[in-house]
Amino acid sequence: IQVTVRDALNQALDEELERDERVFLLGEEVAQYDGAYKISRGLWKKYGDKRIIDTPISEMGFTGIAVGAAMAGLRPVCEFMTFNFSMQAIDQVINSAAKTCYMSAGAIPVPIVFRGPNGASAGVAAQHSQCFAAWYGHCPGLKVVSPWSSEDAKGLLKASIRDDNPVVMLENELLYGVPFEMSEQAQSKDFVVPIGKAKIEREGTHVTLVAHSRPVGHCLEAASILAKEGVECEVINLRTIRPMDIETVEASVAKTNHLVTVEGGWPQFGVGSEICARIMEGSAFNYLDAPAVRVTGADVPMPYAKILEDNCIPQVKDIIFAVKKTLNI
Amino acid sequence: FANEATFEIKPCDLHRLEEGPPTTAVLTREEGLHYYKTMQTIRRMELKSDQLYKQKIIRGFCHLYDGQEACCVGLEGAIKPTDHVITAYRAHGFTYARGVPVREILAELTGRKGGCVKGKGGSMHMYTKNFYGGNGIVGAQVPLGAGIALACKYFGKNEVCLTLYGDGAANQGQIFETYNMAALWKLPCIFICENNRYRTREEIQEVRSKSDPITLLKDRMINNNLASVEELKEIDVAVRKEIEEAAQFATTDPEPPLEELGNHIYFNEPPFEVRGPNQWIKYKSLSHS
Repeated sequence: IQVTVRDALNQALDEELERDERVFLLGEEVAQYDGAYKISRGLWKKYGDKRIIDTPISEMGFTGIAVGAAMAGLRPVCEFMTFNFSMQAIDQVINSAAKTCYMSAGAIPVPIVFRGPNGASAGVAAQHSQCFAAWYGHCPGLKVVSPWSSEDAKGLLKASIRDDNPVVMLENELLYGVPFEMSEQAQSKDFVVPIGKAKIEREGTHVTLVAHSRPVGHCLEAASILAKEGVECEVINLRTIRPMDIETVEASVAKTNHLVTVEGGWPQFGVGSEICARIMEGSAFNYLDAPAVRVTGADVPMPYAKILEDNCIPQVKDIIFAVKKTLNI
Repeated sequence: FANEATFEIKPCDLHRLEEGPPTTAVLTREEGLHYYKTMQTIRRMELKSDQLYKQKIIRGFCHLYDGQEACCVGLEGAIKPTDHVITAYRAHGFTYARGVPVREILAELTGRKGGCVKGKGGSMHMYTKNFYGGNGIVGAQVPLGAGIALACKYFGKNEVCLTLYGDGAANQGQIFETYNMAALWKLPCIFICENNRYRTREEIQEVRSKSDPITLLKDRMINNNLASVEELKEIDVAVRKEIEEAAQFATTDPEPPLEELGNHIYFNEPPFEVRGPNQWIKYKSLSHS
């Protein structure tokens, strides 16, 4: 069956709320309004005020409250209306959530999920269009997941809620309404996607494309276009940003000898930079026949006008160009 | 000895309350001796910490609590061990009051294995059961405390969380965000400002000479026949001994041994290989064939 990413996330929340009494959801508009993006549709009606909590517009405060609740044994899911607003609360995410388990020598685990839409949206300009994968992926103590398909979304959210560490789950607004085929296995209440494992979405022999979130779709599109020209791309859906499954990328590079990374975020210190560095330091470096190439968002704040915006986000043609450049064709 | 004595307390200022807390309090002899010993232990522990800090045995930050002992001892006396406490960066006193032995606190300050969090936290990050630190970010512990209170309410337990902050943190916006939500959701959280008011050197000297909490308690206990001078001296001697032993432990306990420190270079033993003159010719690694 076809399930949208929105419904997959809703299912995951519903199943985990039902499974564990300690799980609760809080955030702006998550209860009575069913969520700004309707991810929590129907949950307030089903679970009530205790477990689905509307907050005031106080990111720093409610994030801190959620982290404190996790320190005291609950398993909060803290929704940011978008990840742009998580900047208001980043101190609580990093200094309180990510570090406490280590600082307390394991005495105080912080099982919390911070989730919400991340990355470029459409026509909302600089303050509402940016990717936080590199920001959060930088910080020890956090796990960071970034789903693309409905299966990713459901399986990773369930795994994140069950994880005893703080997890940042970077969803994508533009994918919420996109339907994906969902396997029978993924429809089960026991379905989880392991955190820290990438998925090969398409096998190929000539070049490895690594992406996360929405650009995975672009890579698959580029791969099918390139296939017509006889170029077989292997497309890796990273799924988790931290801990990064570099082994899967290395194995693929050892096979294809070429690497292109694709992401919506900015180039400097980005996810692609990290992949390139890890490949350089590891055994796969010797298998590279050409320098790895990064396809990233443009190194500017996101502009408003459509034509400018389109050119700031990786497009299928950019991926094709990068593949041809690295293959020298 | 008398079994108990009653003391007058200065009435509190009230805001939107018809009546305030009681203006008298009863102190039993047993409580008095316990408070005295705890306060004196914290005082001696902090004096020793100060000394170790000046000797550079304690690194980085060392936020001392001497002079404020009455706050943590009084608060701990008013709650149950099952209640919860979170405080700011000046955490040594609460850590002790919540049950962590002096030797573990001093060993933490000296960065030793025997420290209460194995040398990972230091002065501002100490934890124990129902005590959540120790937070180095001014004001950040306030929403955390409200969250702990939310958990108390959620679990349906009849517990409270004491959330401490200082007069400096009172300027933080997140405190007001938290007050709002705590009131909205009726959280069992008590926000407490440890307001140390005085700023100048002269003022501090005056406080030291005229209103040292330990001296005040000592005088009250003796004047009300709750304890004798000799008895309190005995406590002082025992406390000094305990602190000395703890300091001895803290300076001799092995540090985290080197072999436990992981390799933090992302390095995967790449086989050595030189690329040929034509960069497009494949040179596969021999060690991986």
